[in-house]
Amino acid sequence: MIPWERVGDTVTSKVDRREANVLRGLVGQVEGMLRARQDATPQDELAELTGIRTGMSTAPEDPILSRLLPDFHRLDRGDGEPSKEERDSAAALRSLHEPELLDLKTGVAGVVLDTCPPEGGTIRLSLEQAESWLSAVNDVRLALGTTLGVTEDMPEELPPDDPRSPHLGVYQWLTWLQEHLVLALSGDDELP
Amino acid sequence: MNGQPRHATMDGMAVGMSLPVEQEQTQVEPVGTDLAAEDKPWQTIVWNDPVNLMSYVTYVFQKLFGYSREHATKLMLDVHHKGRAIVSSGSKDKVEGDVAKLHAAGLWATMQHES
Repeated sequence: MIPWERVGDTVTSKVDRREANVLRGLVGQVEGMLRARQDATPQDELAELTGIRTGMSTAPEDPILSRLLPDFHRLDRGDGEPSKEERDSAAALRSLHEPELLDLKTGVAGVVLDTCPPEGGTIRLSLEQAESWLSAVNDVRLALGTTLGVTEDMPEELPPDDPRSPHLGVYQWLTWLQEHLVLALSGDDELP
Repeated sequence: MNGQPRHATMDGMAVGMSLPVEQEQTQVEPVGTDLAAEDKPWQTIVWNDPVNLMSYVTYVFQKLFGYSREHATKLMLDVHHKGRAIVSSGSKDKVEGDVAKLHAAGLWATMQHES
């Protein structure tokens, strides 16, 4: 991959076939998890009548989905159980906002799948599409970071026999991709 | 938060890779909230996490809230060093919308009453 280049309102880069394959695979996997959550959301008749959708009121048990779809309140404050009021409020806010959040996240994943050539090659994005890439790549990094147990002081390389080692390489590549896309979009020449 | 990456290639990458199933959750210092006081303004809190990039978080604050580069950077550094920062405040509706937008951007945000 080469760094993103912005000319006017277009952002471009190139990926090889292997990179395209991995990126599309991971974005597709995250999208699949989000769609499964959408499909598991019960549809009620009132929602169909009013057009006001209600989502799930409980947080996902899966740690990746739970990171991608956080609660609106901190319920794990460590000083005892959260109050009933807090739990009820978090449930109500999730139910109200989760359908749109799921739409947004599957939407940005779809933009990557539509614009990243499966066989590799040039990626050419409008600024709006580039914003979608930023969110979608970040979601994949959140997913990988959750499963790998990434910490702030994680070494750049793990011992070769560590089963997480190959995934960490992909994670760091996605970090590089995202960082350079931020640079291209904010019009900076250098990393802050 | 994550600093500056140096990897332009996928070293040791396996083709057809899928997400590993191992799981681990991030722990952050707790903070008190007060949901009882209905008349107080609400606050949007962003919490530190080890994945979101410093440059990306700054970019999101500028983009979503229209903050200057300087102010956005200060908030980002507060999140990074103190574990959390209040990034906006106001009515429940406004803060709810801000949290929703931050979730769409992948930041770890919650809302609470001013304490």
